[in-house]
Amino acid sequence: MLARATPVPMAARVRGLSDRAIAWLFITPTIALLLAINIFPLIWAVYLSFTNFRANRPNAEVASVGLRNYQRVLNDPDIWIAMQTTAHFVFWTILLQTLIGFALAYLIDRKFRGHAFWTTVILIPMMLSPAVVGNFWRFLYQPQIGLFNYIVSFFSGIPPSSFEMLGSVTLAPWAIIIVDTWMWTPYVMLICLAGLRSIPDYIYEAAEVDRASGWRQFWSITVPMALPFIMLAVLFRGIENFKMFDMVMLLTGGGPGSTTEVASITLKREAFESWLTGRSSAFAIILFVAVFGLANIYVKALNKVKQR
Amino acid sequence: MRKMTKALMGMSSALVLSTAIPELARADELTLCWAAWDPANALVELSKDFTAQTGTAMKFEFVPWPNFADRILNELNSGGKLCDLLIGDSQWIGGSAENDYYVKLNDFFDKEGIKMSDFAEAAVNAYATWPKGTPNYWALPAMGDANGWFYRKDWFAKPELQAEFKQKHGRDLGPPQTWDELKQVAEFFTGREIDGQKVYGAAIFTERASEGITMGATSALYPFGFKYEQTSGKYDMEGAVNSADAVAGLEAYKALYKCCQPPGYTDSYMGEGLDAFKSGQVSMAMNWFAFFPGLYKDEKVGGDKIGFFVNPKQKVAASTLGGQGISVVANTDNMDGALAYIKWFAQPDVQKKWWALGGYAVHNAVLNDPSFKDSQPFAADFLVAMNQVQDFWQEPSYAILLQAMQKRLHDYVVADKGTAQEALDALANDWKEIFEDEGKL
Repeated sequence: MLARATPVPMAARVRGLSDRAIAWLFITPTIALLLAINIFPLIWAVYLSFTNFRANRPNAEVASVGLRNYQRVLNDPDIWIAMQTTAHFVFWTILLQTLIGFALAYLIDRKFRGHAFWTTVILIPMMLSPAVVGNFWRFLYQPQIGLFNYIVSFFSGIPPSSFEMLGSVTLAPWAIIIVDTWMWTPYVMLICLAGLRSIPDYIYEAAEVDRASGWRQFWSITVPMALPFIMLAVLFRGIENFKMFDMVMLLTGGGPGSTTEVASITLKREAFESWLTGRSSAFAIILFVAVFGLANIYVKALNKVKQR
Repeated sequence: MRKMTKALMGMSSALVLSTAIPELARADELTLCWAAWDPANALVELSKDFTAQTGTAMKFEFVPWPNFADRILNELNSGGKLCDLLIGDSQWIGGSAENDYYVKLNDFFDKEGIKMSDFAEAAVNAYATWPKGTPNYWALPAMGDANGWFYRKDWFAKPELQAEFKQKHGRDLGPPQTWDELKQVAEFFTGREIDGQKVYGAAIFTERASEGITMGATSALYPFGFKYEQTSGKYDMEGAVNSADAVAGLEAYKALYKCCQPPGYTDSYMGEGLDAFKSGQVSMAMNWFAFFPGLYKDEKVGGDKIGFFVNPKQKVAASTLGGQGISVVANTDNMDGALAYIKWFAQPDVQKKWWALGGYAVHNAVLNDPSFKDSQPFAADFLVAMNQVQDFWQEPSYAILLQAMQKRLHDYVVADKGTAQEALDALANDWKEIFEDEGKL
């Protein structure tokens, strides 16, 4: 039997190039692409944020305005209201999705008869396009013909056309929270389910031997061991919902008035409707720093939980 | 022999065509951009004549109204070459002129003998000039339009309703003449059951994203005396934008919305208003005259069942301006062909056919024709409306001015935030800040 020869180094086959050079040759296009589509726009946006540039005024002179754009964004009460609205959405959607998602995962993990079928059914909403979901729920919420109002009416006795989920200042935010929760709870459920399935059976068996109650097992084993997964789901949904745009745009367009105008919609209006490119760049940078900063703090907390 | 005949026929056809339209340049293909609505279909039909005469194929890029400004202004801002010709909103003229997006047409008009005095003065000022009212032409008036009203003539004619209304208000139930009457009529119908369906008074514009609520509310604001400036061109808005009259107008609009808009119409514009009317939900609706030919033809609610009226007056008679001019996009590669289309379109005969097909021509040859008023059931109202139109800012910064107004109006009318006075005070402050940034204040 012949011993297999040691492979000839690539550099020996490609004359004049070291292995390191070949490695660079392969990764350079990727790095160039990354720089072109990620890093350059970011740097360009930082530059624009210090100017008075407007994309619809190509002939106008672009002048540096120093920190004025940042100052205006941070002093604009409408932007702070949009930030509060965003925080409201993030808080409630995460809370509801985490609670319901974990509860569903816990139930599915019991492996009852037909659990695979129900898992698939529960996952359907998150597989749909946000555009489809937005339009679908718009019809459901229609006060005259929408099914949602009829269901509420059936249980509460309130006439269907006497309330408007999307047109009411008090109900519109909840209309969006309901849809987002409906759509993304399955995603949280999947992550939580992975967490629950990662808990070794022998831990529960040991607890049984120690005669720990079901409640005790849940609080002392299930929750702590699934916590990193739950926190991961919260991180993903938090980042996503901080940028929430499509669902709000499709359902309310930020209205009624500015009631559901989240930060991303304000940013879109500033950038592509009012064409305040410099100012909207400053706003985008502030949002980016806020999300990046909060996510970093959160990830540190997550790592601590994992190390426990 | 057959070859000889074909050759002779071909030569003679070419000769006939060349003598019929000796001066029209041609391009292989021209792309005309506009909004996707009824008049655009009429323009497709009309343009077949241009293709037949010049051999230039016409391609159309029609964008739905809610995305029209976003799509087309992005195209212009990015220096795209999608459109050779553009029927753009009147508000865009200032910015498009200053940014060289449109070709200035003065020299071309002079050379070709196209006279702006052949078109209605209000239309020329609104759709063609920048600065507004000066003889600097960036478009040819293409589509006259104003916000008007239509109503269920068959419901209004019901004897029992006539009698009840007369007893209640002491006058005949008919198209309202003032905003006070408009509210009375709308309230009269709201909540009634007609033809087995619960109906409402009026469908009005409340759309938040683009321009809807501004176009709707100004139909109340202008008649009550709202003005953009105290002195034209001075930007002295204090006491004009937020005057007592303007406040009364805005309150009237909100009152109409609160009393008589069907449920669910909190973010509605042209399409939603038409749907509300066509589905038999409302007794009256506001919308652009551009839709009236289509409504009149509608089998369910058109014909004898529909009537039209001009925007009701209050202190003054006024209507909100719609409509557009046709411009040549400066970035086109088919400049001669695009100009040829403008020249062809400006001809009185083409303008007459344009009106006949459902487009709103504003050429005097059409409007001053003695038969014009009777040519359609809404033609006389159209003439009245076009003589009393008022337009939103045409400033290069119109987009941000419009966004400010959309927000303030929607916050007050639909979201019940603050008072009309507070909304208009805030609007005046927004606009002042914008003009200060522009260096105009």
